[in-house]
Amino acid sequence: MKAVRIVSGTAVPLDRTDVDTDQIIPSDWLKQVERTGFEKGLFSQWRDDRNFVLNQEQYSGANILLGGINFGTGSSREHAVWAIQQYGFDAVISPRFADIFRNNCTKNGLIPATVDAEFSAALMRAVEADPTLEITVDVERLTVEAPAAGLETAFPLDASTQDRFLQGLDDIGITMQVVADIDHFEAGRNSWLPTTS
Amino acid sequence: MTTPRTLSEKIWDRHVVTPGVDTSPDLLYIDLHLVHEVTSPQAFDGLRISGRKVRRPDLTIATEDHNVPTENIDQPIADEISRKQVETLRVNTAEFGVTNYPMGHEKQGIVHVIGPEQGLTQPGMTIVCGDSHTATHGAFGSIAFGIGTSEVEHVLATQTLPQVRPGTMAITVNGELPEGSTAKDVILHIIGRIGTGGGIGKIIEYRGDVIRSLSMEGRMTVCNMSIEGGAKAGLIAPDETTFEYLKGRENAPTGADWDAAVADWKTLPTDDGAVFDEEIIINGADITPHVSWGTNPAQVMAIDALIPDPSTMDDAAMADTASRALDYMGIEAGAPIKSVKVDTVFIGSCTNSRIEDLRAAADVAKGRSVAEGMRTLVVPGSGWVKAQAEAEGLPEIFRAAGFDWREPGCSMCLAMNPDKLQPGERAASTSNRNFEGRQGRGGRTHLVSPAVAAATAIAGTFATPADLV
Repeated sequence: MKAVRIVSGTAVPLDRTDVDTDQIIPSDWLKQVERTGFEKGLFSQWRDDRNFVLNQEQYSGANILLGGINFGTGSSREHAVWAIQQYGFDAVISPRFADIFRNNCTKNGLIPATVDAEFSAALMRAVEADPTLEITVDVERLTVEAPAAGLETAFPLDASTQDRFLQGLDDIGITMQVVADIDHFEAGRNSWLPTTS
Repeated sequence: MTTPRTLSEKIWDRHVVTPGVDTSPDLLYIDLHLVHEVTSPQAFDGLRISGRKVRRPDLTIATEDHNVPTENIDQPIADEISRKQVETLRVNTAEFGVTNYPMGHEKQGIVHVIGPEQGLTQPGMTIVCGDSHTATHGAFGSIAFGIGTSEVEHVLATQTLPQVRPGTMAITVNGELPEGSTAKDVILHIIGRIGTGGGIGKIIEYRGDVIRSLSMEGRMTVCNMSIEGGAKAGLIAPDETTFEYLKGRENAPTGADWDAAVADWKTLPTDDGAVFDEEIIINGADITPHVSWGTNPAQVMAIDALIPDPSTMDDAAMADTASRALDYMGIEAGAPIKSVKVDTVFIGSCTNSRIEDLRAAADVAKGRSVAEGMRTLVVPGSGWVKAQAEAEGLPEIFRAAGFDWREPGCSMCLAMNPDKLQPGERAASTSNRNFEGRQGRGGRTHLVSPAVAAATAIAGTFATPADLV
């Protein structure tokens, strides 16, 4: 994946809780075999409503997505992350992410920044008041900042994930470096474990 | 003296290839990788691009389930994009030497139905699949979880996954279930209690008398919906019920190997004195038949109760979410849910499509007729389940009552194949998710047990079998 150090830009305030993966990318879109072209599917059902936040002119061009608690709840579909990135977002900020979704973000270089509920609400209000508000998500310092609104906080990312973001490292390449360990482990597995062929 | 460990800790420990340092993840060996057509195309492509092979085709199995139609399966798939995706799986599995069970094959079916029934799912294993309901296999006392496509590629290439060790949660259900309550009601009740984020970062171990009393299929239903509570995985310690189910099954060990395996499996249950990060205790007697009323699986209620009223909720955010859900679902706060009319009933999915589920539904259907205008789908979970149902005469019972008997597949659980809801249609569904549009754009999904689904098809409104007498 591409290296990611700093994401700066404006945001879309999607002020809803429990934004599930069926909303982020409806099942129909999962039939595609390619890895691209999912931007049209992003929130496609909600986007049919003219008033939906993604349709509002003042937020166009944003590259940061603000969501409510339990963002990404539901399915393991990585297509949800692809849709968000391909639409143009480089970071998602929420008080809590569903596990699988968050994990999928880290495989693709989409920053999942978990912030406390108070900060999340304050940032939503600040963006709604001023859609041009500049926000910076810094993977090196692990901070989310919106200086013009006087907002700043830290977000968590474990050291190895942070490293992968900063260096643009591919998980498989890293694992291949310890293939001798895998060989060794396999030699010690119980013989009665099932095989499929 | 070693520290007492929980079941999931024991399984995790024995699968660490290289331990993580500080906060970096452990590298975990994967004993079984289940593959289906939806989340694998880009993974196989990735292997091709990087010139890598599947490391262990003998620990990998594939099937077609999400896209396949459940009727006219002797004809090519009508939807072009679905057809292409299914064909892509066939090409990929052939090229990389992975066994695939295609539509129409007796061993084809929903991925989380075929693994256990073929004896591939066993205690103490790590099992993954590009599908969030992989937790189903935890019913056997294994760590089983859903992964995204990038991780599917990683497992194909290395048979391992870097994983951060999750926390632990014990949910104990004591006592006895009331008459008419099923495994499905148990898990619906649990999700209602812990919420959609209650299990985040944790593996849930289900414990207690009620859990012990469930059959393997019942345990699979419970574990299946662990993800709806946000959990990483859900599992149940193996016991005599588990060994009984596995003995003699196609891929189960035999002879001296069987004895060795059982001896090993008996060491797995949580040690006395082991500590969980969080514990919840539930009284089985509180679990009456349930139904979901809203647009996430935690919005559930007892079927005998009144639809929740947002105006009585203290939490403003919760009241707002509830209002929006009631609006989408087109039901009235404070009304009895049993007064709500249903036009579609779907009996199937990885949650409830096994032989016991079909027997329970057939029991209710026998000698009765579905309500006027009711659309029904009864979808067996696999070719083997279908064959067993046929041997027991279940399709005849269903057809005589006016139910539509189908071929194996994920079907109406999610709108990826022809089995869908039209906008505004309302389904009583034995599946696992009721998100907006899940079963079709504008479709309204209510999650229930197979017995309630069948009774509802007959009554025309939400009902339990007891209501039909």
